[in-house]
Amino acid sequence: MMSDTHINAAGLDFQALNKKIRQTAGDIQIEGCCGQRYIGAGQSGRTITIHGTPGNALGAYMDGAVIVVRGNAQDAVGDTMNDGRIIVHGNAGDALGYGIRGGAIYIRGGAGYRTGIHMKEYQEKKPVIVVGGRAGSFLGEYMAGGLIIVLGIGAEGDVPVGNFTGTGMHGGAIYIRSSVQPTCLPAQVTLEEALPEDKRAIAAPVAEYAGLFGADADELLSGTFYLLRPNAKNPYHTLYAAHLR
Amino acid sequence: MGVWGGVYPEYEIARNADRCVVCRVCERQCANEAHEYIPEINKMAADDAKCVNCHRCVALCPTRALKIVKSGNTYKENMNWTEKTINEIYKQADTGGVLLSSMGNPEPYPIYFDKLTLNASQVTNPSIDPLREPMETRIFLGAKPNAIERDENGKLKNNLPPQLKLTMPMMFAAMSYGAISYNAHESLARAAEELGVFYNTGEGGLHEDFYRYGKNTIVQVASGRFGVHKEYLNAGMAVEIKMGQGAKPGIGGHLPGAKIVADVSRTRMIPEGADAISPAPHHDIYSIEDLRQLVYSLKETTEYQKPVIVKIAAVHNVAAIASGIARSGADIIALDGFRGGTGAAPTRIRDCVGIPIELALAGVDTRLREEGIRDRVSIVASGGIRSSTDIFKAIALGADCVYLGTAALMALGCHLCRSCQAGKCNWGIATQTPELVKRLNPNIGYKRLVNLMRAWQHEIEEMMGGMGINSIEALKGNRLALRGVGLNEKELAILGVKHAGE
Repeated sequence: MMSDTHINAAGLDFQALNKKIRQTAGDIQIEGCCGQRYIGAGQSGRTITIHGTPGNALGAYMDGAVIVVRGNAQDAVGDTMNDGRIIVHGNAGDALGYGIRGGAIYIRGGAGYRTGIHMKEYQEKKPVIVVGGRAGSFLGEYMAGGLIIVLGIGAEGDVPVGNFTGTGMHGGAIYIRSSVQPTCLPAQVTLEEALPEDKRAIAAPVAEYAGLFGADADELLSGTFYLLRPNAKNPYHTLYAAHLR
Repeated sequence: MGVWGGVYPEYEIARNADRCVVCRVCERQCANEAHEYIPEINKMAADDAKCVNCHRCVALCPTRALKIVKSGNTYKENMNWTEKTINEIYKQADTGGVLLSSMGNPEPYPIYFDKLTLNASQVTNPSIDPLREPMETRIFLGAKPNAIERDENGKLKNNLPPQLKLTMPMMFAAMSYGAISYNAHESLARAAEELGVFYNTGEGGLHEDFYRYGKNTIVQVASGRFGVHKEYLNAGMAVEIKMGQGAKPGIGGHLPGAKIVADVSRTRMIPEGADAISPAPHHDIYSIEDLRQLVYSLKETTEYQKPVIVKIAAVHNVAAIASGIARSGADIIALDGFRGGTGAAPTRIRDCVGIPIELALAGVDTRLREEGIRDRVSIVASGGIRSSTDIFKAIALGADCVYLGTAALMALGCHLCRSCQAGKCNWGIATQTPELVKRLNPNIGYKRLVNLMRAWQHEIEEMMGGMGINSIEALKGNRLALRGVGLNEKELAILGVKHAGE
């Protein structure tokens, strides 16, 4: 196996670092990362391992690469990602997976506000976001497709998501592992306790999460999950009156 | 309220029985089914309530037997409760719906373009004959460097950021595939190629057939991120971030599932029949710093090869907002005035939100000059540009270029019936119905666009020549080229022009 190329990010601004990444072929390890933005933007066909804390918009428009973060990530991870995998061995900030269309994002810990906004799916592309801990308010707002799983590890006995989950949701599904029923939900979603057959849809990603971060998949899956789905595919079609003026 | 339901039709289909030969063309051409053949009497009949006044039947009637007239039905006259207001109340009481309209604001606001006149040379500064002398209408859009840089050998360093090169200061405005048809997009793309300008994908992705027009394409990224991926971002010559639209500032987009047919679904990369909802804001942009993040994520993904345009609606604080955009790393600002068109917008928003492009443009140009950052960005003006003189005046007020939306669609056959949202465009423009789309022949459509743009280019050359200038560069921001007629002092101050006679 070819060994990874190491890049020391210390003292490099984001433009210099990202240029170096683009000019280096194959898999790479970035050491000493400290807030540089846009790492892995648009990248495909390689693995980028990051030691430290990457800055905002990690893996934006990514198209098939794998990013592993040995630390925390900041805001806008995987913005408009088309394909690939982002694995964060820590927490992630706000607006995680905005407009994501394909691929998977695994966050070991929690994620901030507005996770998975306007996530969508298309043909064989069905993106997955798994958040191990808690997720903030406005989770899955305007969600049009794909799968969000919040495992709530460390939040037992509490609802692991904030308010207004799924506002404007018109596709996809959100699974929340919680012994307490989530409240403060908008009119556009239906809430039900996931049945064993519903849980089959999340068995693979939960197993993946467990494998990546050393958790017990069976134990996680044996918990109570609440399933949020949109109650209409076309939520706004009755809102308007044609006015030919 | 009434046995026929709804409100009395505003327009009436007038058929001259002496001329009508009952060929039934009108019946076949009307997707709204306003015309009907009555076999018992071998005559045509019409239902005015179904007519949207698109003039398709008028234009195709071989004997010119048809015209559309105001129905003339009147409520008791009232300057406060006008027919329009009364009808709107009845309609909303009937349906409980938000009024939805299309195209640009039709209300009688002042049109400042029409209150500005142009200068010409007399005696002291000779005019130039554009038929004899070279006239430069070529422009470059993009950030310009502050200073010349030299390397250690004293040689000039190329520190010019990426530029868009245009043969004339006009582009086709963002209109998505979905809002308009495949044939409309093909017409725009081919015209842009032939003319050496750009068309804009709008927020609908880029159809696979149109990647070959990439050298004349601007790709758009909006809040729904439909069809946005790396290949798309690199397919055109510039990337436009849509923050707002003049027809509906502060409002998102909603392409109903019925218009997401197979081909549109592939281009937008969403399932067939699913609503395409573009949220009102970008939910990752709450500040100029956040905008900068999106600008640079696009620049990183396109490796700094493409200028980034930020398009905003002209709203009250537009000058301050533009100043922030100029500092965000954007290369070009597109300002869309409140007369800009749309495929669908809530009527109240379209008609009441935003400000005229003339005032917005002058205000932004002034502000950026005062702050010494005008060269950091180019300005593209849009939203109600109707003629070469509007373009000319916009440039004199500070624009580098204009976007043409409505005018371009009119070249393709649009008759401004303002019913785009219904998806039954009889001219094959704002529809996805195959039998309607095929009515727009791109071979003819693109030539009509080229005709219009070339004609306007010639007119611009004539006006420049008359002024004794020979390049667009010399006109840009040259407000001495303008005089106001019938404008008050405040308006003149904002526009930065003198009154006629001064």
